[in-house]
Amino acid sequence: MTKKEDELTWKDLEIGAVITEPGNASQYRTGDWRTQKPVHDFSRCIKCGLCMIYCPEACRFQNKEGYFEADLFYCKGCGICYRECPTMVITMEEE
Amino acid sequence: MAQRVGMEVSVAIGEIVKLANTDVVSAYPITPQTHIVEHLAELVADGELDAEYIPVESEHSAMSACLGSAATGARTFTATAGQGLELMHEVLYVASSMRLPIVMTVANRALSSPLSVWSDHSDAMACRDTGWIQIFVENGQEAVDNTLCAFRIAEDNNVLLPVMIHLDGFHVSHVIEPILLPEQSQVDAFLPKNNYPLPLDTDKPVAMGDFGPPVIYTEAKWAQEVNLRKSKETILKVWQEFGKSFSRYYKPVECYRCEDADTLLLTMGSYSETAMTTIDKMRGEGKKIGLIRIRLWRPFPFEEFRQAVKDIKTLIVLDRAISFGGPGGPVCSEIRSALYSQNNRPEIVSFIGGLGGRDITVAGFEEIINSGMEIAETGSDNEFEIFGVRE
Repeated sequence: MTKKEDELTWKDLEIGAVITEPGNASQYRTGDWRTQKPVHDFSRCIKCGLCMIYCPEACRFQNKEGYFEADLFYCKGCGICYRECPTMVITMEEE
Repeated sequence: MAQRVGMEVSVAIGEIVKLANTDVVSAYPITPQTHIVEHLAELVADGELDAEYIPVESEHSAMSACLGSAATGARTFTATAGQGLELMHEVLYVASSMRLPIVMTVANRALSSPLSVWSDHSDAMACRDTGWIQIFVENGQEAVDNTLCAFRIAEDNNVLLPVMIHLDGFHVSHVIEPILLPEQSQVDAFLPKNNYPLPLDTDKPVAMGDFGPPVIYTEAKWAQEVNLRKSKETILKVWQEFGKSFSRYYKPVECYRCEDADTLLLTMGSYSETAMTTIDKMRGEGKKIGLIRIRLWRPFPFEEFRQAVKDIKTLIVLDRAISFGGPGGPVCSEIRSALYSQNNRPEIVSFIGGLGGRDITVAGFEEIINSGMEIAETGSDNEFEIFGVRE
């Protein structure tokens, strides 16, 4: 997309709103659905990766130190990582 | 040189679909459309038409298969009627929103219940907001001609919209008429190859019918609306070019003996032909009466319609469908709305009749016109008059 979605006019759309750019759903921010965000205390983290495995948005990635962070552009704040983390690294905080 | 041949109109529609070199037919048989798709099935089985014939388990599937077919750039045809059109309903919106050039014959049939296989316009009117181009024809020749035009209109890259050709079930579909079918060479000269601009193609993948969040839905719908309105230009051009090639001309609003008329009767579909006989009779008696028919129902021809009624005193509209509990017939309520902003507008009288195949005879139309003129003088508290109901 040359323009952001909220800048697209009706004239910019392809016929029938067909999408010609593969994978452009990655440009769709789902982070603004969130009311709570995950906050981490990595001192307890054992780097098991369960949060990444369970994340339904696949928005968790491993940072340089090997800890798993949430990409807040996509994270919908569902809290599944918080529920599944065996060492209680994650708490959910109001946005 | 083409010759007039007596044939059932449904068969003639099958023949023109064959002449149009259709690639895919996906259909489910339903009275009174059955003979159209039966004939096409025969043509494909006999090897006369090289097309993929998809026999499906319902009309919902028929239209869904048409979506996929049209999306590949294949020339796609289907036909249905009444309940079948209703079963397709949700998919109709998808076809127009995705801008897929599908051509569909609708043999207009009254909706259940009570179960009726006979014609009225309740099925057609239920589709008026689906975003399809809707054209009404009155006889077999018009059905054949407009089916051919429909492929060219639908596939024109300035349009890319599905088109419904509405013909009255039985009164048109099952009648044997002298039909002038064009030669293959004439059809080939008139109808270019389908050149769908963004087809499903593994080398150039696209995604169709995608998710449209609030941030883009309004833009998508406005683009669709602008396009449907603008399609009228192409429709007029195609009819003009059809006229040049075949010497039969079609207009969005057709007038019959409208010159110097004070009163016009408005009809759509096959009953217009009976109405013409009434007009002839009443004109013979010195009454200044004419008939107008709306051929192009969607996009609605506001300009041509307003022009056609600008000098008259009374407009009597016959609807063959009821908008239950609403302002009367769907056609009349749109007519009223189209004329509301005009400075010189006629008195408008709404009649509903001809439901579920009930005939309106020459005398019946005379009664409608006479009582319509009387109501125009005296006024009426009714939203509409129902014609021919037994008290």
